[in-house]
Amino acid sequence: MNIALLGNPNTGKSTIFNLLTGLRQHVGNFPGVTVDKKVGEFNYNNQKHKLTDFPGTYSIYPHSKDEEIVYKVLSDKTHPEYPELAVVIVDSSNLERNLFLFTQIYDLEIPIILVLNMSDIANRRGKIINIELLKKEFPGIEIIETSARVGLGIDRLKQSITSFKKTEVTAKFINDFQLLSIEDFDNQTIDTEKRYKKIRKVLTNIVTEKEVTKDSNSNRLDKILVHPILGYLLFTLVLFVLFQFIYVFAALPMDLIDNSFSNLSNWLHDVLPTGLFSDLISQGIVPGIGGVVVFVPQIALLFFFLSILEESGYLARVVFIMDRLMRPLGLNGKSVVPLLSSVACAIPGIMAARTISSWKERLITILVAPLMSCSARIPVYTLLIALVIPSKTILGFINLQGLVLFALYALGLISALLMAVIMNLFIKSTDKSFLLLEMPTYKIPRIGNIGLNVLEKVKVFVSQAGKIILAISIILWALATFGPGNKMDNAISNLEKQSSFNQLSKEDQEHKISAEKLANSYIGIIGKSIEPVIRPLGYDWKIGISLITSFAAREVFVGSLATIYAVQDDGGENKSLLNRLRDEKKENGTKVYTLGTGVSLMVFYVYAMQCMATLAVVKRETKSWKWPLFQIAFMGVFAYIGAYIAFTLFS
Amino acid sequence: MDKSLSIVNTGEIVTISNLVDSSLKPKLMEMGLIAGKKLKVLFKAPFGDPIAIDLGGYILSLRLDEARLINVSY
Repeated sequence: MNIALLGNPNTGKSTIFNLLTGLRQHVGNFPGVTVDKKVGEFNYNNQKHKLTDFPGTYSIYPHSKDEEIVYKVLSDKTHPEYPELAVVIVDSSNLERNLFLFTQIYDLEIPIILVLNMSDIANRRGKIINIELLKKEFPGIEIIETSARVGLGIDRLKQSITSFKKTEVTAKFINDFQLLSIEDFDNQTIDTEKRYKKIRKVLTNIVTEKEVTKDSNSNRLDKILVHPILGYLLFTLVLFVLFQFIYVFAALPMDLIDNSFSNLSNWLHDVLPTGLFSDLISQGIVPGIGGVVVFVPQIALLFFFLSILEESGYLARVVFIMDRLMRPLGLNGKSVVPLLSSVACAIPGIMAARTISSWKERLITILVAPLMSCSARIPVYTLLIALVIPSKTILGFINLQGLVLFALYALGLISALLMAVIMNLFIKSTDKSFLLLEMPTYKIPRIGNIGLNVLEKVKVFVSQAGKIILAISIILWALATFGPGNKMDNAISNLEKQSSFNQLSKEDQEHKISAEKLANSYIGIIGKSIEPVIRPLGYDWKIGISLITSFAAREVFVGSLATIYAVQDDGGENKSLLNRLRDEKKENGTKVYTLGTGVSLMVFYVYAMQCMATLAVVKRETKSWKWPLFQIAFMGVFAYIGAYIAFTLFS
Repeated sequence: MDKSLSIVNTGEIVTISNLVDSSLKPKLMEMGLIAGKKLKVLFKAPFGDPIAIDLGGYILSLRLDEARLINVSY
């Protein structure tokens, strides 16, 4: 049996879904549309039930991407997801607006269990609901009172879902109700007018309000949080603390993951019989999986904090104070969350843009999100900064290396905003941009909701990005392992003939051989062939190889350099790699890694669209190859020109 | 006298008289902006836009562009 969970946003719908299904939920896709479908299961009296959580909407008629699915499913009785039972969650303290969606579903003749949630808050506000009278207005439905935050009434809800028996409902709230098309605004307006009029009339008998002293806590908080000066200051402070926490707490697990995977890879290399298949496992697949898992701590932490901010009600205030600032850029107050998320990883960021109802604002948000410096760029920045930027203090207290890192983040952010302005001028749009956002009352976040949300986001990242990063890793491994003809073998036998080679330790010999192999592999050949193109930026073919391998994920750059220069990638401070890079000389005896080349590379990594996983997600979200290709093009041009300017300036 | 919600001062309580015809009209109505409904302008964002209103027990934020579609009276 299909059971649909429906309701307005901010009614505690997700809390009820989480309480009913707990960990037995997963995110899938509705066929044909890119809206996450949350499905969960629960058992009651040895009966299993499947529940689908629909996006929160105020009406069955959609006004944003997310909401379309509700209309699609409910308007089509032959749809595979069409529910036999709808559990409609309403906020008891605001019945008038909440019953609007409920009466629409009722008129579609779908059997309903009506859940009056937040009954404790309604009571506190002096609202008393006469349930018997409400039942009389809507014959055939069952009504249950809950306070999901404190867990009241959930058992009764399970019970009544279990004992639900299909009955024909033919009574209608609006007698001449007809399902309208999405674009039929005129008749929607007429229906809405009628519906609200009747709801208000009905409710006069059902809801009685006692005079109570209003709790003005929310109001007092809002005086500070949306204050013209304090509001922004506080938001800046929240961001600062958030990123400090993420970097501090994520560093340890990330190092741990990084080290374990490189140890595992080395161990497998030693124990497995030598051969192609063993190499594929130890050098293609294991590092590939490691490259996905290493981002999990940061993504989990970011969404942990974002969910706290969202659950508490603060995020709606951030949208409120940022909207006016974002609008001239062609963005929306709601673009703040996608851009913030992109600092960890652009993939969840781009998916978070779905809540933006204007297609143009959503598209611009998606297009500029990858310019925000994501966590995959950090190892690249760190290595290059340690390599070319001296660690000294300027102005008495500012560390120059730290300042450069900050400047790279700022460059990404400023470029994203500038690019948004430019695209705003060129992208034409007919749909109207608007902001109609409910500001939920401030609440203490529920830890269960946060945990499940983090889990869901991590799962989405691993499944979306994971597949692609792994696939690219394997392809790149193959390109690095094989070369044309016996070029590779010849190079190695030449190497082995050198007398200096035989004096090296076993380990150094192995490193030398890997370096020689890579240089003569397909990737090495590609790296060499692009050398003329990247020479004006200050790069040689060895850097070229590393740029290409970065297409799996940007941080692979570091590992590739280690292989090319035949040193151990220690996954930590990379002391041996840094020393080796500092010594690297061109044929004319000058250093390869000068300040110019280093800064040029940093700028290149700020701009270049090197993440295949992100491109795939952009394609999925915009439903066309046009936009990801556009992204590669404009970010590529930025990267090339930016790196060229940087190289010229700093050489 | 009817006037636009966009020029109502913070703290004032007004009644909605009608909505200007536009493609947003059904959306505005679904959110509870219905003729005859009382509302209070609670606070405004920095730069005066968007604004937040108390609409019968819940807080709704909207841009001045949307507020211009709503005519109110005292």
